[in-house]
Amino acid sequence: MTAPAGRRAVIAGAATSDYPVLPDKAETEVHVQAAERALADAGLTFDDVDGYATVGYYPMYCVGMCEYLGIHPTWLDETNIGGASFEVHVEHAARAVEAGAAEVVLITYGSVQLSAMGRRIGGRGGSVSATQAWDAMWGNTLVGSYALAATRHMAEYGTTAEQLAEIAVTFRRHAGFNPFAQYRDPITVDDVLASRMVADPLHMLDCCVVSDGGGACVVTTEERARDLPKRPVHVLGGAHTLTHALNVSQSHDLTVSSAARSGPLALQRAGVALEDVDVLQLYDSFTITVLVTLEDLGFCAKGEGGSFVEGGRLAFDGALPTNTDGGGLSACHPGMRGMFLIVEAVRQLRGEAGATQVADAELALVHGTGGMLSTGATLLLGTEAP
Amino acid sequence: MTRPVHEPAPLPEKAKPREGPPQDLEMAPYWAATLEGRLLVQRCIPHGHTQLYGRAHCVTCRGEVRWEDASGFGTVYSFTVLRQHHSRSLRHLLPLVVALIDLDEGPRIMTNLVDVAPEDVRVGMRVEVFFERVSDDAALPLFTPVPE
Repeated sequence: MTAPAGRRAVIAGAATSDYPVLPDKAETEVHVQAAERALADAGLTFDDVDGYATVGYYPMYCVGMCEYLGIHPTWLDETNIGGASFEVHVEHAARAVEAGAAEVVLITYGSVQLSAMGRRIGGRGGSVSATQAWDAMWGNTLVGSYALAATRHMAEYGTTAEQLAEIAVTFRRHAGFNPFAQYRDPITVDDVLASRMVADPLHMLDCCVVSDGGGACVVTTEERARDLPKRPVHVLGGAHTLTHALNVSQSHDLTVSSAARSGPLALQRAGVALEDVDVLQLYDSFTITVLVTLEDLGFCAKGEGGSFVEGGRLAFDGALPTNTDGGGLSACHPGMRGMFLIVEAVRQLRGEAGATQVADAELALVHGTGGMLSTGATLLLGTEAP
Repeated sequence: MTRPVHEPAPLPEKAKPREGPPQDLEMAPYWAATLEGRLLVQRCIPHGHTQLYGRAHCVTCRGEVRWEDASGFGTVYSFTVLRQHHSRSLRHLLPLVVALIDLDEGPRIMTNLVDVAPEDVRVGMRVEVFFERVSDDAALPLFTPVPE
């Protein structure tokens, strides 16, 4: 992104709320806890905030949260592309601070879906309007949509259940180092294959966990961050798009996700190359989500994702460290997980990631996926200015 | 070509009937035809592009569209077997085969495959439509394998 040197966008603070089970907290309290931690991390207060972005399941959610927080920003964003929304908020906020439309943008996420509703993995989320309900009449579910992608990928490219399982096994290993992770005990490929089938070919352990939790980050200018306590993380570039919305029948090719277009565009805008990426944070709603995203971003050719993830390549001590906090598959997935990807990327780039810290991590690629493998948003974050 | 329209099977205890389509002005011709055992697709007048669901214009060329009868034949693009479901109107149908079908006319549609064991379903399998009435206003297009 081209901006005057002083106005280049950075993330000055980032934090998660408590997670993964918050039976005594309201959704709004999760936002507040994450916001307070992210602002403290940035050395800022609510009084500094003149821009705010969030999204949730209710109408006028963003301004509702402003009212609740008692803030009256002059820049707002409630873009909703599902779980990847927060990557878009960071992209938009970066553009806004670079253009001078805001100085300090707070972005928050909060959810208590687990405690409020219990497990809903077999269900379909949200309300549906007429045309969006097109596919739903045949009983298709969220997991069903990703299962349809997995079946097609297997038929077209010979991808195996064992290869998908390897992704879950690797991220569980990472979760073992994360004291807050919802599931921490190691699992094997056989454990994944022996877990209950939810929607063929996806087993229970191919599916993300269902959690409470949230997170927040603060986007400001490089100039403002100079006086702030933490090392700023530069927002180098971002891009987002869609292949369809809630009707997977409207995808032309279910084995190709939005990452195929948002990835290259974000890399181009950031002026960096894929081979320079040190650490990856990928939306892992299901194992197939990760496999398709890796292919579409260009880390391997289409159809080769299965063999690519074998041998622990995605482990924090492997060739392409991915989801170093344990991901949505093991650590925490409160419904729209995109904010957690951003927070973990910031932690890695600051060297704050603890046992799964990737040595000399300078460039992180974050990719959120939303809806029914529908939307995608890529961010490039780095320790150095572009 | 007209296909059979079946009455729904008697419901087990505590099960709810399957839901019909939502009120949607643009899809009214489509659902009206299902009660007559006819599967419709939208085709554009300038170039013959086809599409489903129905829209105000062709998503390929923006040209004017009209409804026309489809053959009712298609090919399985992908499928899954749902083993659990949140809805009491579907739980009694588990395991439920949810499939995407590429109609011979072009559009890809969601459906359920019935009268076939889940383990026998394959990508690329040839299938044909029949209908099951879900309300006074609509019958649900369902698919079954074409006998070899």
